[in-house]
Amino acid sequence: MTAFTVNGRDYDLDIDPETPLLWVLRDELRLTGTKFGCGIAQCGACTVMLDGMPRRSCVTPIGMIEGSEITTIEGMEGPEIAAVQSAWTAIDVPQCGWCQSGQIMSATALLQQVPKPSDEDINNAMAGNVCRCATYVRIRQAIHDAAKTLEG
Amino acid sequence: MRRLTIAIAAAFLAVPAFAQDLSGPDAFADIADETERSVALFDEMGKVLTHPRCLNCHPVTGGPTQGDDMHPHSPPVVRGDADFGAPGMNCSTCHGTANMTLTDGHGSIPGHEPWSLAPVSMGWQGKSLAEICAQIKDPERNGGKSLEQLYEHNAHDGLVGWGWDPGQGRAPAPGSQEIFGQLTRAWIDTGAACPAG
Repeated sequence: MTAFTVNGRDYDLDIDPETPLLWVLRDELRLTGTKFGCGIAQCGACTVMLDGMPRRSCVTPIGMIEGSEITTIEGMEGPEIAAVQSAWTAIDVPQCGWCQSGQIMSATALLQQVPKPSDEDINNAMAGNVCRCATYVRIRQAIHDAAKTLEG
Repeated sequence: MRRLTIAIAAAFLAVPAFAQDLSGPDAFADIADETERSVALFDEMGKVLTHPRCLNCHPVTGGPTQGDDMHPHSPPVVRGDADFGAPGMNCSTCHGTANMTLTDGHGSIPGHEPWSLAPVSMGWQGKSLAEICAQIKDPERNGGKSLEQLYEHNAHDGLVGWGWDPGQGRAPAPGSQEIFGQLTRAWIDTGAACPAG
């Protein structure tokens, strides 16, 4: 059995401890906001928060998260995610949208740690989130816009 | 026939220089001069110190490299203020507390607790063994370690030990951590001499 919380709810699951968290989120808990992209930690589509820090769920065996708090895109709360959502909507960042859950998780994590990120900060934090529609210009703009919103 | 010869030659040339075993201290016992023996012991330690499993996370500048050819890390990552990546994408965004074999069965994401880059002062990539030796002995650059603490580090540190348990798809460092520790012990006991620069 592996005990952990997802979006504030307790779970105690009898699943092979080698099973990736992403499989558990999508197939067992039906939280399908977190996407499968590559399965090898190269694209960032599966990003969730593990104890408040971004983590690629496709390479996270659930045996590793005993006692941890997981937050998925469905459970994100706080000023940073609110600012990111507004900024994303305002300029229609997504095209196909598949990667955007992961993009938003990484962008929110960045803003939680660096309230006013430079372009270099954005490059460094977002380099692991790939977008096949190449919405990178709008992602960068939306992160800057969200930061301005957070400044008040 | 000529093509076959070339193919065989190419196969041998393709064997990486680090595909070698590691001798224990006894192999150097017949070197009478203690300083010469010490240098020979460090040269043997150098097979580990300059192996990609170690060098990849001992860069001199920038972020880590990966693979036996030591190509730049993918996805691109930076060192960060704490040798732990950038805000928003730390090492722990992908690297967990243990190696994880990928679900397709090919390769693995390396992991250990803790997992981070060696500090800049301990960067070895592109340096000679003489330079690494001077660096590794210098408390100003080795994290304040005495030679005894350096022995403990080499012989028993878990992240050092990861080099011999690097997960599926990676060649381990030569020998074993036990032999590496024995070599370090013998090197220190013979005066911790460094190779000539």
